[in-house]
Amino acid sequence: MQSHILSWIIFFPLIGAAIICFLPKRLESWMKPIALASTVPQLYWAYKLYVNFERANPSFQFVEHTSWILRFNIDYYLGVDGVSMPMVLLTALLSFICILASWNIDKYIRGYFSLFLLLDTAMMGVFCALDFFLFYIFWELMLLPMYFLIGVWGGPKKEYAAIKFFLFTLVGSVFMLIAMLAFYFGSVEPATGLHSFDFTILANQAAHIGILKDPVVRWGCYLLLLIGFAIKIPLVPFHTWLPDAHVEAPTAISVILAGVLLKMGTYGLIRISYPVLPDMARAFAPVVAAFGLVSIIYGAFCAMAQKDLKKLIAYSSISHMGFVVLGMSVFSNTIGINGAILQMFNHGIITAMLFLLVGVIYDRAHTRDIDGFGGLAHNMPVFAGYTGLAFMAGLGLPGLSSFISEALCLIGAFQTYKVMTVLATTSIIITAGYFLWTMQRIFLGPMNERWEDLPEISLREAACLTPLAIIVVVLGFYPMPILDMIGATLRNTVHLVVAMR
Amino acid sequence: MDLVQIARSNLEGFRYAGTEVALCVLIVALLLSGVILPFRKNRRLFLIISMLGLALAMTASLKQPGAGKGVRYFADLFLWDSFSVFFKLFFVAAAAFTILMAQMNREVEDYEFNECCLLVVSVTLGMVLLASSVDLLMIYLAFETMSLLSYLLVGIRFREARGGEAALKYVLYGAFTSGVMLFGFSLVYGLAGTTDIMEIGRILNSAHMAGQNRALFVLMVLFFLAGLLFKTASFPFHIWCPDVYEGAPTPVTAFLSVGPKAAGFAVFIRLFYTLFAREVGDQGFAAIEQVDWPAIVAVISAITMSLGNLSAIHQDNVKRLLAYSSIAHAGYLLMGIACLDKLGLEAVAFYLVVYLFMNLGAFAVVTAVNNGEGGEDIRFYRGLSARAPMACVAMAVFLFSLIGIPPFAGFVGKVFLFSAVILKKYYWLAIVAAINTVISLYYYVRLIKAMFIDQAEVSFEPRVSGVSYAVIGALALPTLVLGVYWQPLAAFIESIF
Repeated sequence: MQSHILSWIIFFPLIGAAIICFLPKRLESWMKPIALASTVPQLYWAYKLYVNFERANPSFQFVEHTSWILRFNIDYYLGVDGVSMPMVLLTALLSFICILASWNIDKYIRGYFSLFLLLDTAMMGVFCALDFFLFYIFWELMLLPMYFLIGVWGGPKKEYAAIKFFLFTLVGSVFMLIAMLAFYFGSVEPATGLHSFDFTILANQAAHIGILKDPVVRWGCYLLLLIGFAIKIPLVPFHTWLPDAHVEAPTAISVILAGVLLKMGTYGLIRISYPVLPDMARAFAPVVAAFGLVSIIYGAFCAMAQKDLKKLIAYSSISHMGFVVLGMSVFSNTIGINGAILQMFNHGIITAMLFLLVGVIYDRAHTRDIDGFGGLAHNMPVFAGYTGLAFMAGLGLPGLSSFISEALCLIGAFQTYKVMTVLATTSIIITAGYFLWTMQRIFLGPMNERWEDLPEISLREAACLTPLAIIVVVLGFYPMPILDMIGATLRNTVHLVVAMR
Repeated sequence: MDLVQIARSNLEGFRYAGTEVALCVLIVALLLSGVILPFRKNRRLFLIISMLGLALAMTASLKQPGAGKGVRYFADLFLWDSFSVFFKLFFVAAAAFTILMAQMNREVEDYEFNECCLLVVSVTLGMVLLASSVDLLMIYLAFETMSLLSYLLVGIRFREARGGEAALKYVLYGAFTSGVMLFGFSLVYGLAGTTDIMEIGRILNSAHMAGQNRALFVLMVLFFLAGLLFKTASFPFHIWCPDVYEGAPTPVTAFLSVGPKAAGFAVFIRLFYTLFAREVGDQGFAAIEQVDWPAIVAVISAITMSLGNLSAIHQDNVKRLLAYSSIAHAGYLLMGIACLDKLGLEAVAFYLVVYLFMNLGAFAVVTAVNNGEGGEDIRFYRGLSARAPMACVAMAVFLFSLIGIPPFAGFVGKVFLFSAVILKKYYWLAIVAAINTVISLYYYVRLIKAMFIDQAEVSFEPRVSGVSYAVIGALALPTLVLGVYWQPLAAFIESIF
């Protein structure tokens, strides 16, 4: 019997969005609770997935498979494996927390929450889709709500940031579309003799025919996909949309953007590029690793130079995603890629905390100028505590989650890229530098009188942050819940990439 | 053949000419009711007559020919095949939506409405004849019927300077290009000695033509292209398009951007795929050896879409913006024609259907905004979503669909076109089209931004009537549904080629 749990987890928020859309104006106060209620079942289903997921099984589970468009042999094909599981958990958790964090939205409530739930559906869909066409639809579906969420509810330069985000991502998407169609015409489903969009068939090298046997086409497709995903990750030099989008987006949207959307780039590489074009994955790996390294160092230095707290965290995201890219460019062992997926999850949690914290202070002070603060630890000790934890996690303090994942990435990478790994390690010092320096400028030193009566963090805000903080600490000591989940699948992936001649 | 036999075969022909007959009846009905003075300004009456007539024409075109090559009728001048049936349905639908839009439009005065309906239906008759004719002379006749009447339609507001200017520009360009095309026809006739295009196609593609007359063939192809590129508003005959679109009343603009453009593509396919190409295998065609016209079309397609999209970026007038967008879309559609295989043709047909809904939809919203104290300038759209939320959401759907973003129908159309191009290994064209998609995003989203993000500049009450909402809704629904589930339409279109 097919279980429909993945369909539910994807489309349930859409039901909430529809209800919010058609709710009469006088029931406006119900909209936020309805939005929250539509994400709660997702958490429950995510928990069910977590419990029932077979750790030792490297293949897809909870599969749903029906044919959708016969003309192009497109299937409605869902399933999760070790790579998508952590992302599904992350999406479910962050969606719930972000609705909670959006409670202070008071402009066009109907639009905000219905778009947010649409975004939730699209994100879940990306991580569950096993048909390239379906994947692409969900991938693009994220753009529309994201554009409006930044463009309507964003900060002063919102129009610029929103269109920049849209243009950059669309460049990646259309390139991906071309590669997708080349895959389609270059593959044949053994059972039926039709072309296919199915990831499991595309990953089978024996199913490749015609153009997909041509090394130049393979090279071109890999490059197109790489550009598409590099924009999303974002790798330097495709990163310029990110600081703008982050600075202008409302808090919850920044959280989603950094916490979930950036992961889609690296997820896409592992889900699509590696299995379908393993030979090219190997050929491109040193280049990709080099771009990862540049992102790590460049992002860290840029972060250090920022005066705007949100921009600082945006650049730190670029730096941290660089570790993921470095870790997943290693095929001589499975440590690096394990570290990369773990880092994706950890960075999602930590960066969510960081952006939520920025939101907390911005709501009170209406500025994010780091130098403008000072001595806030006096009147906001709890807030300072949370921020301290998040900053320490960000700089990779041993005992907190990102230490393990970054260490794994570096250990894995060292076997193949010795010089690059050494260079990447230096960024840890820079990272520690800017986080500690920021900590000092905001919380320590003499009290700035302007902020004397800033109220302490509220219960709702603490409720958003606490679960994340717990995860950071727990995974810092015991990362096995995630590593157990991803291990079998990743062994398979690496084996696939190495085996292809 | 004696006279009785001729008469009988012609009578037989009426079995296949249901659409044409229905449209002729409608034209007569509109003419007669228009001269009765008390009815002169009765919009509703003419609307009802037109809708009834078009519904009749629609039902008459529903009958599908089975497999095989179709049936010739009216002295072999026309062909009843699934290709012509598809386009007949398309044109009648376009006419119906246009008249509905014209009914709610205030640019067309009450006393002009009858003429407007009459002309739209007559242009439709020309297009329907064009879709089914397979004889050079008949094709030219139908082409000119369509063109001449659409010049009149553009100039329906001839008392306004803009209307007159638009009509004149349209006539001058149109007369020139169709003259050139006619010259091309005469060259073909001189070479083949017949006007039946199937026969000509066999002769031109035959072995003893190969290797000769290269210059003549190049001339022929170029002369044919002049007329067709003009009708489809493609480079280098696109210059009339923005001025004409701006000067004509909005429903007429909408009609021009869909009807005659699609007719241009229909006759493009009919002519080029019969005269200058032959079927090879069951999926593909081979172009004649003398001139590599698919390459020419591919280059024109790339230039057309880039030119359209780049020019649209700075337009502040929404109608001009949509005019340039329609040029760009002609460029996308030409990609399918350059592919020389069944998938390319299917892509063109599918995209045209999708384009009908999304482009007419966009114009329907423009019409609705024009009706209040608003206008065509983008500043009337600033902050409009607060006052007309439903219309703005619909407009966003149409515009996103025009960009080609899922889950809207335009995306599926783009997938069709891109897949045809990639199957044919025109990778450079695919990349150009991809970059163009990104460019187009910028100006479409500029309009969306104006509606949803910007603050209102001009405060006016947009008067969107119930009928307008119905029309907009009727166009938005397929734009959404075809983006998610398009198997039935794809299967239907697969069956016509």
